[in-house]
Amino acid sequence: MENGLILRVKDLRVEMDRRNIIDHLSFTVKKGDIVTILGPNGAGKTVLLKCLLGLLPYDGEIAWEKGVKIGYVPQRLPFIKDIPMSVMDFFDLKGAATREVREIVNAVGFSDEFFVRKMGDLSSGQFQRILIAWGLVGNPQVLLFDEPTTGIDIGGEETIYNLLARLKKERHLTMLLVTHDLSVVYQFSTHVICLSRRTVCYGPPREVLTPESLQNLYGGGMKYYQHKHG
Amino acid sequence: MEGQFFLSMTTGIFIGGASGYLGSLMLSRRMALVAGPLGHLTLPGIALALMYGFDVSIGAFPFVVLGIVLIWLFEVRTKLPMEALTAVVFASAVAVAFLFLPVEQAETALVGDISKVGSWETGISAAVALFLVFVIRRIYPKMVLINVSEDLAGSEGVGVKKYNLVYLVLIAVIVALGVKMVGGLLTAALVAIPASASRNLSRNLSQYAIGAMIIGSVSSLLGILLFKLTGLPAGPLIILVSTAIFLFSIFLKDKRMSRGQLSGIA
Repeated sequence: MENGLILRVKDLRVEMDRRNIIDHLSFTVKKGDIVTILGPNGAGKTVLLKCLLGLLPYDGEIAWEKGVKIGYVPQRLPFIKDIPMSVMDFFDLKGAATREVREIVNAVGFSDEFFVRKMGDLSSGQFQRILIAWGLVGNPQVLLFDEPTTGIDIGGEETIYNLLARLKKERHLTMLLVTHDLSVVYQFSTHVICLSRRTVCYGPPREVLTPESLQNLYGGGMKYYQHKHG
Repeated sequence: MEGQFFLSMTTGIFIGGASGYLGSLMLSRRMALVAGPLGHLTLPGIALALMYGFDVSIGAFPFVVLGIVLIWLFEVRTKLPMEALTAVVFASAVAVAFLFLPVEQAETALVGDISKVGSWETGISAAVALFLVFVIRRIYPKMVLINVSEDLAGSEGVGVKKYNLVYLVLIAVIVALGVKMVGGLLTAALVAIPASASRNLSRNLSQYAIGAMIIGSVSSLLGILLFKLTGLPAGPLIILVSTAIFLFSIFLKDKRMSRGQLSGIA
């Protein structure tokens, strides 16, 4: 792996039901980058994350830095409410030491009393924080998030991204996240991959997210304006 | 007579406990009803066992395995929904069974008969049930993670396919054991009801799993006791006792929820 790189994807192709989902995708990720994967529904964003986790078969090359640990935060876990499971039970499934779990759960803003709460009784914001904490157990260097904003109200959403920014700083994380939310891309990401089967754009968001690239990505219906802060 | 009663009771307690325990995994995967069609699939095997006088579980087991393999093969070949294929396979098994099942033994095949188990059968059933509990305990955390999300489990390096295979074999064995007690018709209840009752009462995973095992065993014990007192068939009595426990669990759950709401208001 070249100096400073943590991931190299070269000529990635994924076919499902005889349909090209990802077609000749190439990009690299440096240590400490926050990479957002942007794209319309069906563009293959979740498929890309699953390939990076080794959950789906693919052609081409996905090379992680040797020995890298990856944490995964899925989009949602619809079946978890069917199981009477406390927060501690959920962490036990990962076989983590209680001390580590306590430290991480505290880091995402919960006290020890939270361990006895039922997973099914958590609000969507609390649930998302617990998923993030779960992804952090085992001290990964990389976190993969599938649409962290899904199901969170606006107040909660802001907190989740603040939390991610803090965790990234404290734990020197590299993050790859899938989102639909352009404001997240501008505020939070160092790089963006615009995915619509092929890479439509790749680079720092303020350089590559132009009206033209967004129109290519989402089609003609996209209204575009860029916030200028400060 | 007392010795026979003891054997029936022992068999029931072990099979009931193991079924309840596995049921807690099946319920969390919304698969509890799968045991129903699989129970029906055993009917040709039970018919053969009753005709030729060997243990019904031994007759049932190959037919469950054959059924699972057929459903899997049809799914790979046709891409039809699993439930449609299950219906095709289990209905055919019932039809085949009733072509040659002796009418006088239909009740035993359909709702089981635990009243005549011998000491060997009891010993083997108890040993197999204990072994099942041991295996279920070993795979429980990984299976729960798979039930929560196969992707999440895969990202943790859990061999999802391997665990699913072990899980299917466990279901096949529990169905084969269960038909001895409650027949081909009622096996789904043996796994689904204790787990459902336990879910109503549990706040965490260990309460849920152990609760399902205890409710399964207690239902079998009380059901067989009622059979001794009334002379009615033991299989349906076992299921009705577990239904009664389930209804009681709803009452307790409602009471607990209203108490929680009251303390919330206070």
